Amino acid sequence: MSSAVGTPAPGAVQPMVKAEGVHKSFGHVEVLKGIDLEVAPREVMCIVGPSGSGKSTFLRCINHLERINAGRLWVNGHLVGYREKGGRLHELRDSEVAAQRRDIGMVFQRFNLFPHMTALENVIEAPIQVKGVRRAEARERGAALLERVGLADRVHNYPNQLSGGQQQRVAIARALAMEPQLMLFDEPTSALDPELVGEVLDVMRGLATDGMTMVVVTHEMGFAREVGDTLVFMDDGVIVESGDPRSVLTDPQHERTRSFLSKVL
Amino acid sequence: MPDTSTTPAPPEQIRAVPVRHPGRWIASAVIAVLAAMFVHMLATNEVFQWDFMVDNMSSDPVLKGARTTLVMTVLAMAIGILLGIVLAVMRLSANPVVSGAAWVYIWFFRAIPRIVLLFFSASLGALYSTYELGFPFDQQIMDLFGFEGDWRFLSLDGNDIFRGFVAGLLGLTLSEGAYAAEIVRAGIQSVDPGQVEAAQALGMSRGKTMRRIVLPQAMRVIIPPMGNETIAMLKDTSLLIAVPVTNELNFQLRAIGSRTFQVIPMAVASILWYLALASLLMIGQHFLEKRFSRGFGNRETRQQRAARRARDVGSTH
Ligand SMILES: Nc1ncnc2c1ncn2[C@@H]1O[C@H](COP(=O)(O)OP(=O)(O)OP(=O)(O)O)[C@@H](O)[C@H]1O
Ligand SMILES: [Mg+2]
Repeated sequence: MSSAVGTPAPGAVQPMVKAEGVHKSFGHVEVLKGIDLEVAPREVMCIVGPSGSGKSTFLRCINHLERINAGRLWVNGHLVGYREKGGRLHELRDSEVAAQRRDIGMVFQRFNLFPHMTALENVIEAPIQVKGVRRAEARERGAALLERVGLADRVHNYPNQLSGGQQQRVAIARALAMEPQLMLFDEPTSALDPELVGEVLDVMRGLATDGMTMVVVTHEMGFAREVGDTLVFMDDGVIVESGDPRSVLTDPQHERTRSFLSKVL
Repeated sequence: MPDTSTTPAPPEQIRAVPVRHPGRWIASAVIAVLAAMFVHMLATNEVFQWDFMVDNMSSDPVLKGARTTLVMTVLAMAIGILLGIVLAVMRLSANPVVSGAAWVYIWFFRAIPRIVLLFFSASLGALYSTYELGFPFDQQIMDLFGFEGDWRFLSLDGNDIFRGFVAGLLGLTLSEGAYAAEIVRAGIQSVDPGQVEAAQALGMSRGKTMRRIVLPQAMRVIIPPMGNETIAMLKDTSLLIAVPVTNELNFQLRAIGSRTFQVIPMAVASILWYLALASLLMIGQHFLEKRFSRGFGNRETRQQRAARRARDVGSTH
């Protein structure tokens, strides 16, 4: 089991993710209005909140798919997207940003599998193209990963020949193939039929048990309560409240949290 | 109450009187008669000179001409598409100078008729008699510092390079690049942006994302219009007379026709040749489409079939 309390022992370990006053605007619309949080290694953090509160945007900032306007964001001690030199921030080159992203896996709401590649080809693409892993070795490891997510008999299927739940499990295997230190999930089960949600959550539960650090945007309160170490409630670009999932869910301190939970529970 | 002890009787099959379509029968009859008249005309009209046509359409200069036409088509399309990909990527660039330059190129070369371009590219030898490769404004810079001489490493005779096949290829390629650029751009834009994000999230570089993820999916959208382009190019090789390139199919067939005063047989020979070459290119297109539709149809792949058979065999034990 990972630590039951959300905040890790102070000063002991470097946080996997650290955000300080993260702001993000699209044009004149401020979507993130100062986000501060820390995710410890092996921690599972679940983020919940109403639609449009900036959950996806924050997740995308963590692997620099979005560029933040103010504040600082570190992953594993490295500033995301910038280098600090002589008291100034310097933008990283495309290749350096790409290198940072290798250690961060991301799973999308709409799977975003490569439709022109089989399940196995999806999984081995990045190891071969990015890490230069030999093809035979990548295939062996890819097959093992697909077996781990319960798709040993679907390796040669194209995404359009798979159910939504199977596609999402391939997407998880694809992210895991890069051996990331951190996994980001953006509503991984929201596009699935209800009876397919369980199989994806099972895989994620297994990852958590194996000690993967995970940030999960989700509406699955049951998963947050069972698997999450921390629950963060976001609304309108700020963190309203965070803490142990059980206490946040059963005894929310803020009115906004209460009203949100009353709608989704 | 129906008798439940025996199996229920199968439902009575419907044997309805089908709707009559007299119009279809009349239309078919009319078409049949017209076709028969056409064949009769081909067979009986002496002007066609079928023996003469067959002999001449497979003569040596015609075969060479067909080869030139096909090689020119394939080369102009291949280089034109490469140029088009570069222009399309430039056009989608965030840098306004880069995208503007691509826009100007496309604007210019789409507006100019190919026959004008071909004529112009054949006249480049008259514009400058030698073409040199070197440092831009080298002489001006040398002058500025009071030196003599220049920085040039390659010098070509303009009249030597810009003629015949090369001039023709240049004109057709420049023109094709502009059309291909728009087709490729539409193809790239048809790919779900989520695909690029997924590739980036995996740490793939921009170039790899384009080559491995975006372009292969864009091909599905690109190939059909590019097939049209290829066939249009095949036909436009007959414009090479403007260069002039004379060892090309249409010119050779027409030359035989006017030399022997058998214009109609050789015109028919042209039709047959272009039909044959276009069909050849369409076969190529068919296989390309099949290759790039992987993962979009619902066909079982060879590997899947093998896996299924292995499963089936396993389950019978
Ligand atoms: N690329 C963009 N350009 C402009 N506005 C954007 C962009 N992306 C997101 N937004 C806006 O930012 C706000 C937050 O969006 P975000 O997707 O982060 O919300 P969310 O919390 O993930 O919501 P949901 O639960 O619906 O997914 C929304 O108002 C959205 O319209
Ligand atoms: Mg979202």
